[in-house]
Amino acid sequence: MTLLSRRTLIATAAASSVPLAAARAQKPTLKIGVLTDLAGPYQDIVGPITVEAARQAVEDFGVAGKGYNVEILVGDHQNKPDVGAGITRQWYDRDGVDIVVEGGSSAVALAVSEVARDKNKVYINSGGATSDLTGVRCNANTIHWVYDTYMLGRSTGGALVKSGGDSWFFITADYAFGHALTRDVSEFVTAAGGKVMGKVATPFPATTDFSAFLLQAQASGAKVIGLANAGSDTINCIKQAKEFGITQTLGGLLVFISDIHSLGLEVAQGLVCTESFYWDLNDRTRAFSARMRKRVPERRLGMAQAGAYASTLHFLKTAEAMGIAEAKKDGAATTARLKAMPADDDCFGAGIIRPDGRKLHPSYLFQVKKPSESKGPWDYYKVMATTPSEEAFRPLKDGNCPLIKT
Amino acid sequence: MFMILGYPAPLMFGQLLLGLINGAFYALLSLGLAVIFGMLNIVNFAHGAFFMLGAFVAWGLLEFLGVNYWFALLLAPVIVGIFGILLEKTLISRLYKLDHLYGLLLTFGMALIIEGLARNQFGSSGMPYRIPAILQGATNVGFMFLPNYRAWVVVASAIMCLVTWLIIEKTSIGATLRAATENAPLVQAFGINVPRMITLTYAGGVALAAFAGVLAAPIYSVNPNMGANFIITVFAVVVIGGMGSILGSIVTGFGLGIVEGLTKVFYPQGSATVIFVVMVIVLLVRPAGLFGKAA
Repeated sequence: MTLLSRRTLIATAAASSVPLAAARAQKPTLKIGVLTDLAGPYQDIVGPITVEAARQAVEDFGVAGKGYNVEILVGDHQNKPDVGAGITRQWYDRDGVDIVVEGGSSAVALAVSEVARDKNKVYINSGGATSDLTGVRCNANTIHWVYDTYMLGRSTGGALVKSGGDSWFFITADYAFGHALTRDVSEFVTAAGGKVMGKVATPFPATTDFSAFLLQAQASGAKVIGLANAGSDTINCIKQAKEFGITQTLGGLLVFISDIHSLGLEVAQGLVCTESFYWDLNDRTRAFSARMRKRVPERRLGMAQAGAYASTLHFLKTAEAMGIAEAKKDGAATTARLKAMPADDDCFGAGIIRPDGRKLHPSYLFQVKKPSESKGPWDYYKVMATTPSEEAFRPLKDGNCPLIKT
Repeated sequence: MFMILGYPAPLMFGQLLLGLINGAFYALLSLGLAVIFGMLNIVNFAHGAFFMLGAFVAWGLLEFLGVNYWFALLLAPVIVGIFGILLEKTLISRLYKLDHLYGLLLTFGMALIIEGLARNQFGSSGMPYRIPAILQGATNVGFMFLPNYRAWVVVASAIMCLVTWLIIEKTSIGATLRAATENAPLVQAFGINVPRMITLTYAGGVALAAFAGVLAAPIYSVNPNMGANFIITVFAVVVIGGMGSILGSIVTGFGLGIVEGLTKVFYPQGSATVIFVVMVIVLLVRPAGLFGKAA
């Protein structure tokens, strides 16, 4: 009985695999690699939800009956540039991946962007922060979607200086991201007449106890302690500052909604932060979040995760407009089309991509609600200010991107 | 203002105290490792995972059963200790006759599985755990604000270290345990159940890790990576102190906490590495560790 059924099974499998393989050979496949941090400190900022967001984009776009397939591959870069670049190289070379989305925090992003250029494929980053990705390190195969250190510095940094925080001390994660963020925010602070009293670079990702650095910040006498870090680093800083009775203003320069969720409103209330997406921003974002809830019932997306959705969708639309064979052929040409095509999605609304690869959309300055103001789960933000897309990002001419001839 | 080496004195005192607090965690964790290595000859790489489990059990007890911090401080080590007994009975006990390397690989694998499962379930940014009401707030000790809870951590771990040391070095149970390590068949000939004793020792070491985990829960967010962040440093502490030396692990735990704290002032980028630099130097000068006996 068992033998028989096993034999039947094998026979059926053998019979069915032939037409399937034939069908696969006829149908071209767009391959999208979601490269993210699946298990590290940024898991909740990007991570598995990013993969679900990319799948949602494929579903919303609708591939059925279109004569081609879309396949999603998933990789974990572990926040190590060499690991990220290695996976990407293998995807482009061996697995026929056409585009890498999300693609990691700053250090990984810079490495992956070079692989995309060398292999002439497409890379749209949504998790990374460094503004160098569309500045001195820009290339013809890379697009930077969600936010960057300039946008954060302008929005959060600018707002804090305006409200009287004119002297700063930075606690900086000691890698590409932390230093880029410190640099960009410092420029806004000094341009607005403030001054930087000092900074301390903390080992990443090995630091869990920030109290020593917080005490140094306190001793500096600066009015604002700028947290040039992210994820669990920022969470630990905010918690420990409260524990040590530090009364200076904490500038959370890169805070995602998942951080607020983890901190709890009791600790996080009043904190000012900047994102370019919030699930409860308008009807379109709410509709998107309702769709996502079927995949991720318990959480709401932050901007980096929404970016994976938007960039995947934009790529699919562009590839269809170009024709699949054409879109797979030349990464730089496809990237040029991605830039030329106006973007429009439920998360970021209508926007354009600049020749240096910078996606433009508004950025929002939020304040975290008090526990009494929050009406339901994940009701965390109120909008304090909106920076229009033309002003939110660094002007094209100031980036020194080699693609831009002046 | 009175200065030390070009830094304001209050800042320096503050850093020394913070170093001592971190040292308290190093001491507690390396103590458990030293007990297990000394008695079982197992390099317990799963120690960080048990530390993390301790914090998660405390969180779960509060979240689902409403058990407060103080009871969790007693219950979590017991629960995690029982889990340790289970693992010792089913897996680790099979490796005593083999090379150290097998024990290391097994416990390392266990750590990866336990931490992976926790990450799958709870994500990486962690859960908040409130400081118990009586220890909230901070005391102004002149040169800094000392959070009451952190002061409690130093006291609690110092007491725990002392008790463990007394049990092993000064009681008859400890004496039997030490004898069993030297010559198990002889001790067994006296009618003592050595395998059970070894199981309980493992449980005891694991319970120490869980105790440290509960202590850490209100300070760090309760997250699956909290043990992995500590464990490498703690191993360096054990190596510096001398593998299996109880007193060595306690003294070096506190001492290296202070060394690390001072590095955070003078060269913050190096604070994650300084302990390993010390380890290299100690291994070159005294290969058996500061308190270890040469084999």
